[in-house]
Amino acid sequence: MSSTSLTTGRAWRPTLARRHVPVLATLALLLVMYGIGVSQYRAFSGIQVVFNVFIDNGFLLVVAVGMTFVILTGGIDLSVGSVVAMTAMVSAALLQDGVPAALVLVVALLIGPVLGFLMGCAIHFFDIQPFIVTLAGMFFARGMCTFISDSSIPITDGFWTAVSQERIGDPRGNFVSVSVLIAFAVVLVAAYVLAYTRFGRTVYAIGGSSQSALLMGLPVGRTRIAVYTVSGLCSAIGGILLSFYTLSGAPLIAVGMELDVIAAVVIGGTVLTGGSGYVFGTVLGVLVLGVIQTLITFDGSLNSWWTRIVIGGLLFAFILLQRLIGIRFK
Amino acid sequence: MTGSPPVLTMTGISKTFPGVRALHDVDFRLFPGEVHALMGENGAGKSTLIKVLTGVYEIDAGTITLAGEQVAFTGPMRAAAAGVSTVYQEVNLCTNLSVAENIFIGREPRRLGAIRWGEMRRRARELLARLDLDLDVTAQLGTYSLAVQQMVAIARAIDVRARVLILDEPTSSLDAGEVAQLFRIMRQLRDQGIAILFVTHFLDQVYAVADRITVLRNGTLVGEYRTGELPQFSLVEKMLGKELDVLERLDEQQKRTVAVRSAAAPLVDAAELGRRGAVAPFSLRIHAGEVVGLAGLLGSGRTEVARLLFGADRADHGQVTLDGGRVSLRSPVQAIDRGVGFCSENRRAEGVIPELSVRENMILAMQAARGWLRPIPRRRQDELVERYVKALSIRPADPELPVRNLSGGNQQKVLLARWLITEPRLLILDEPTRGIDVGAKAEIQKLVLELSDGGMAVLFISAELEEVLRLSHRVAVMRDRTMVAQLDNDDALDADGVMRTIARGAGSGEAIR
Repeated sequence: MSSTSLTTGRAWRPTLARRHVPVLATLALLLVMYGIGVSQYRAFSGIQVVFNVFIDNGFLLVVAVGMTFVILTGGIDLSVGSVVAMTAMVSAALLQDGVPAALVLVVALLIGPVLGFLMGCAIHFFDIQPFIVTLAGMFFARGMCTFISDSSIPITDGFWTAVSQERIGDPRGNFVSVSVLIAFAVVLVAAYVLAYTRFGRTVYAIGGSSQSALLMGLPVGRTRIAVYTVSGLCSAIGGILLSFYTLSGAPLIAVGMELDVIAAVVIGGTVLTGGSGYVFGTVLGVLVLGVIQTLITFDGSLNSWWTRIVIGGLLFAFILLQRLIGIRFK
Repeated sequence: MTGSPPVLTMTGISKTFPGVRALHDVDFRLFPGEVHALMGENGAGKSTLIKVLTGVYEIDAGTITLAGEQVAFTGPMRAAAAGVSTVYQEVNLCTNLSVAENIFIGREPRRLGAIRWGEMRRRARELLARLDLDLDVTAQLGTYSLAVQQMVAIARAIDVRARVLILDEPTSSLDAGEVAQLFRIMRQLRDQGIAILFVTHFLDQVYAVADRITVLRNGTLVGEYRTGELPQFSLVEKMLGKELDVLERLDEQQKRTVAVRSAAAPLVDAAELGRRGAVAPFSLRIHAGEVVGLAGLLGSGRTEVARLLFGADRADHGQVTLDGGRVSLRSPVQAIDRGVGFCSENRRAEGVIPELSVRENMILAMQAARGWLRPIPRRRQDELVERYVKALSIRPADPELPVRNLSGGNQQKVLLARWLITEPRLLILDEPTRGIDVGAKAEIQKLVLELSDGGMAVLFISAELEEVLRLSHRVAVMRDRTMVAQLDNDDALDADGVMRTIARGAGSGEAIR
């Protein structure tokens, strides 16, 4: 018997693009929106507009990268917004008490991962739904924010204000903030980890079928815990970036941010059931959100809630798209 | 083969689960360069033996020796690392990853922690070439057929310098050509010195490929035999013990008479029923007391026909008349209401609910038909369940045991009981005997005959033509999602005839006889 009988047993040859369809759709959408902006508003074509999108959404991007890991395993992390706020709060409170900036950074960067690790353990060892565990984490972190202070704490620390005001740019006056560079670094590291490390590939395998991953001898439990730890770390970094951005810690900041983050990840083409998606897509997803905001700001006549309405419509469209691709895939 | 010492020896293995003695004092050995079939009914302990060997379960007593050293694996990965790899009945790979990745994930070639994709693809191609497979290793696994996925699973298993390869029912979802290819690969690996432990329910396959056979029954060892010295009949006898006569009686049964159907009006009359993309419009009449077999290859539309008749999918063409009255079957609830029962082929995903007890699983459909506001009194439940546990000889006969603790054949019987309790007028059985052992198979076949003698109409779907021919009054043949012929099952019709119809396709059905 020749082997040809089996190679023809394949259902149908996929076009190279199919796995990339969601990402390409997002890219197309982004270009269309940018095109609309450029054609409608003269000032829109300036490179600084793009830079500003990154400056305003750097922290969102970092948190979304962490969320991408979680969603790729088929999980969800609702605690990110609260962890961002808690990190900013703790930083502001410690700085107010005169703790050195370096020490504050270390402490602030530890809070998120520790909480993420604990949530991951609860999810793995007690086999509890990620939704409910991270919901608990969300309430806990938000509660801690108000526990620290029920009003906003300004940051006057020298290092913080210096970083906040630092402009890295070209002679013509276009610039980005330090936060943008940090966000880019996080994106690059995350993309590398997902594509080139065993941990990253195990994340995809778990999203495909955690049962199979287990039977293939992959460290499913460890990876699952690690994914929530990564998300916690990204939230912590996001929290620090947010405190650079606002130079304060406020107990009610970033409320509902977890939903924006999930929306960005899904619009970026990551499938909510896990196993398929890219960090690059998440970058595009965040940009889509940012460009919508920018467009509405430029328009001036529209209420800022229009952002939400548009995002709602897009989210629905993209989930529908994923579903359609999924059905065809079957 | 007898010259070299066994690569694997299991001695005095015992394993008890709460309420079930799964293995008792079982010995098993495996020589390098042989294909060794492990045979037994469902519940005989085959799966348990494999799971004990690969460390899924701990053993209560006994020793396992691999290549002269005593071992006790703590899990399948440890076993694989030591050279004992398993390929399961269900393909346990990730369809969202590429072929190459599925082979190598967890042990990818790396440099400084970074996966070397190029190297990985090259090695995947080499490995697949060893198995005579020519695949695009960068394509997602999910784009290949189940058979190819199974081969990829084997490629993964043998990459870890395997000494023992366990194939747990690898053929249950493959067609004949794919099975042949699998056997070629098995022989090739055997000749390379790998010991292969092969579990299957198909007796022909055992004789086609196995060198030796070990038979288990009820958790104990019956014996170890050379394939050539054990006639098929004796093998069945050893697997079943004394209950063998059931099968023989079935075999001796005359062809079923066709007289019954000419009598009254049909119970079910599907006219030009069809659904775009699923099955082309077909017309089918089933009379009370008649068994209509549905034959065809995997994917020919057999299940789709069943789902239309059960209302699980909505027909977009044609109509169904039940008992003379036109009905629209839009949902299973409506179908159940009108006395249609459907035993799905997908026992795990669509059938039994593993966490619920035997009793709860059985009364599910009846309760649904009555509506959840009118609970069935517990005493009535117990009566019903006891009756069917006895009638179908479900083992262990404990109604409160969670269904997941039962073997595949017994789960199938529970599923069957669920529908029988609702006393349907039309019972649709989709592959009710797939993946279950000969004994349970015979019992289910016998039951189908009894039910139809009692006046129930049955639509019987099976990939095994012998079985279809044994039970059916009439055989409807499916091919490429079209019903190409309906043949009376008289003396002239045999498996070859049906196969010719399948092969020849549309319009030639009548010409067969």
